Amino acid sequence: MLLVPCPNCGPRNASDLRHVGESVTRPDPNSASQEEWRSYLYLRDNLADWTVETWFCTRGCRRYFKVERNTATNEFREPPMPGNKLGRRA
Amino acid sequence: MGWLDLGGAVRRRGQTRPPRYSAAALLSKGIRNAPWPRVWRDVPLKKQYDVVIIGGGVHGLATAYYLATNHGITDVAVLDKAYLGSGGSGRNTAIVRSNYLTPEGVTFYDRSLELYNGMTEDLNINVMFSERGHLTLAHSDSALRTMRWRAEVNKLQGIDSSVIDPDEIKRLVPSLDVSPDAHHPILGALHHPPGGIVRHDAVVWGYARGADHRGVELHQKTEVLDILVEGGSGPDGKGPGGRVTGVRTDRGDVSAPIVVNCTAGWASLIAGMAGVRLPITTQPLQAAVTEPVKVFLPAVVVSGSLHVYVSQTDRGELVFGAAVDPFTNYDIRGSLDFAEGLAGHILELMPGLSKMRLLRQWGGLCDMTPDYSPVMGFTPVEGFLCDVGWGTYGFKAGPVSGEQMAECIATGTTPKLIEAFTLDRFMTGNLVGEKGAAAVGH
Repeated sequence: MLLVPCPNCGPRNASDLRHVGESVTRPDPNSASQEEWRSYLYLRDNLADWTVETWFCTRGCRRYFKVERNTATNEFREPPMPGNKLGRRA
Repeated sequence: MGWLDLGGAVRRRGQTRPPRYSAAALLSKGIRNAPWPRVWRDVPLKKQYDVVIIGGGVHGLATAYYLATNHGITDVAVLDKAYLGSGGSGRNTAIVRSNYLTPEGVTFYDRSLELYNGMTEDLNINVMFSERGHLTLAHSDSALRTMRWRAEVNKLQGIDSSVIDPDEIKRLVPSLDVSPDAHHPILGALHHPPGGIVRHDAVVWGYARGADHRGVELHQKTEVLDILVEGGSGPDGKGPGGRVTGVRTDRGDVSAPIVVNCTAGWASLIAGMAGVRLPITTQPLQAAVTEPVKVFLPAVVVSGSLHVYVSQTDRGELVFGAAVDPFTNYDIRGSLDFAEGLAGHILELMPGLSKMRLLRQWGGLCDMTPDYSPVMGFTPVEGFLCDVGWGTYGFKAGPVSGEQMAECIATGTTPKLIEAFTLDRFMTGNLVGEKGAAAVGH
């Protein structure tokens, strides 16, 4: 059971949210080369360590947010991000 | 062998034939209380090999075995950070089948079934291959349509596969609830008679023993800490355009012109050491096993909509598997979440199991690719090859992957059977979409 700290709804069960994946920067589609674009689409670091990732709060506030999680231990570290209402800072 | 000078690698070890496993040997040793020889040698790690394979599971060992058997390349080391078969090879649910969705997938997995069929003789070890039939249940019209599609693709490739109705399902597997008032009524199923189960540990030991007898070195408890690359475009000389020179392990550096990544769930981390990024995310898949009961389940039963598959081992235990966890992580502990969900789903299919007790549950790491097909062959780093992205279908593909990767290494070209699965398909956009046939829970 994984409790995901949603900045709006507080800790919620992972089954209430959708894991979007490791956060990646979207290149400008007008100027990106095919290689850049496909790297953005498919290639991931997939670290067994602290990773900044995106979740979507499907059954709560229905917002996307970023959070830092250790993919080896499943601990969350709340990063100081806009809209983080949990009051705790990493 | 053209592209690589392996210095006359055909180095047959002048050793006597290893003792064969047979009923006569078992009886004779049993009567005399004679000891069995060690299955593989324990040898010191050398400083140099022709080929280093990272990962001592079915894929790594099969690659080593076929390198030695089919191509005479025996100066090979297989390195594993734990013991042989400690990863996905010992954690899967041992199901084999070839009823995939794309022609590329179907022919590929069918070659694997062919190898599994002859494996007991080839490796002289009883892998307990039980060809018992494989049923993929459809609970909705759209699922049934996909089944029909799969059946037609399969038939075109010469695979025994057809869609059957609930009466026929009930005849094959009487314990299934096929009544129309079930919560998720069973509308039909894809029946694949050549599918079945194999004893996965025996496959690992068989390949390990076969490879060892042909001169391959197996090094357990040898962790690869870094991959040595020079001339790459990255800041540290790694990455595209570079050339592999060896690996750094916790037992010292080993130089090798060819390094093969066969590490499943850890594939991205190993590839990262060479400066290669992969289209892979790691997600655990959980499985569970019940107490043994009298054999009642004659086939492998899979339900995509209910996220569950089940088979009964020859000892009578029911083995359950599920979909991968819905978020990436490297944690292989089982969760109550999973056990609860699994029990609910399996009881919908087979209400008669309500008194069964689970013995244990476990997790294994799956290296998922966006199109549910593997990543095999060459990478932008010369001499660094990958056999990864095996997601939830690695075990059934073990033998054919070993055979094809060995050919890839020995000839320096990508064999026809795995041309569709190269890493650069993600740059050209020629993905091989197998999600409909490779996964449960979509």
